[in-house]
Amino acid sequence: MKTEVRRRVEHVMGLPVSVALRGRHADDGRADDAWAAVVADLRESDRVFSTYRPDSVISRMSRGELSDVPPEVAEVLAIGERARIASGGVFDVVRDGVLDPSGVVKGWAVERAAAALRDLEDTDFCLSAGGDMVVHVADPDRPDWRVGIEDATDPTRVRAVVPLRSGAVATSGLAHRGAHVVDARTGLAPTRLASVTVLGPDLTRADVEATTALAMDADAPTWLARRAGLAAYLQWADGRTQTLVGLPD
Amino acid sequence: MKRIATWFLSTVTVVVLMFGYHTSTNSTLSATSQPAFVGSSSTSGSTSSTTKSNGGSTGNSNSNTSSTVTGDVAQTRWGPVQVELTVKAGSVTEVRVLQYPTGNSTDEQINSYALPVLIQETLDSQSANIDMVSGATVTSVGYQQSLQSALDQAGL
Repeated sequence: MKTEVRRRVEHVMGLPVSVALRGRHADDGRADDAWAAVVADLRESDRVFSTYRPDSVISRMSRGELSDVPPEVAEVLAIGERARIASGGVFDVVRDGVLDPSGVVKGWAVERAAAALRDLEDTDFCLSAGGDMVVHVADPDRPDWRVGIEDATDPTRVRAVVPLRSGAVATSGLAHRGAHVVDARTGLAPTRLASVTVLGPDLTRADVEATTALAMDADAPTWLARRAGLAAYLQWADGRTQTLVGLPD
Repeated sequence: MKRIATWFLSTVTVVVLMFGYHTSTNSTLSATSQPAFVGSSSTSGSTSSTTKSNGGSTGNSNSNTSSTVTGDVAQTRWGPVQVELTVKAGSVTEVRVLQYPTGNSTDEQINSYALPVLIQETLDSQSANIDMVSGATVTSVGYQQSLQSALDQAGL
């Protein structure tokens, strides 16, 4: 018999945020409180980091109006800067002189917000924001979460399924929003690679790696091969797929 | 050269081992529940206590001036972080990371923690029996037509 799954949806940061819960606190007052905390945490991240809000901390910093770097901003910028250095400039949180750490913020914010769900005893969760998710199974007797990977050329279909008990899944692709991922050095969007899904222990990293790999386009397999601790599923524009698994020797 | 990774190409079903990082397995779980940021008071500026203070951190947006803002050292779940931002003529010219968590880059944090992952390719989404969908970012506008929306409605 399938374990009962309870679901909730809220729209935050312009994204649909979905949670699936199973177990002791799947559908009680504790679940209500934890979900409210998740949503509040994501809204707070949006207030600080949104590049669409002229009054956000990031927008004000970008204009040189702030004389301080709040700690959560320092953390996000440092993650972005490390990714820039590691990727040789393909990933960058500064674009045309504007501070835009969006490529870091989503994964980081969802990973942080998931903390409220981890506090629910004996409760499994799968928390997804716009297709990037954090997964946790608390009870060894309950089944894996089954994460479908969307078909890059037909978003109404699933191309692959990943059973997961803990960790994160992030997908970067051009299917829904067009060319929003570009190589920061060239400004060019990928043409050969349609979608990159990265599996890893932490959504902060998985999200950055997926975005970077997509921007790398044809060089993505080479790039991902150097990034230990992750697995990846690539969908090429010509319809081929590729599963890459990092294994420290 | 333990960072050299071995990679497989698969077409149907691959059973893999995924290696996580040692500290993040533990510290992420514990630290994220209580993000412990210290070393900053919300009103302090770049000239506060710790490190060198760079000039011009006046925080004004005069188009002719260059302002450099140095944050306090922030304690993150990965360790202490400090960044410096330079804005000149209304444009961000530089983000510098003055302090990273020392000694353990993410690559070096990997140990033998293993997570089995099975990727199964499927052509029939109806029979896939999935809980969530990972895909290119779905905006709230595009959500109504998405597979995830169908899943969410099924469970509400």
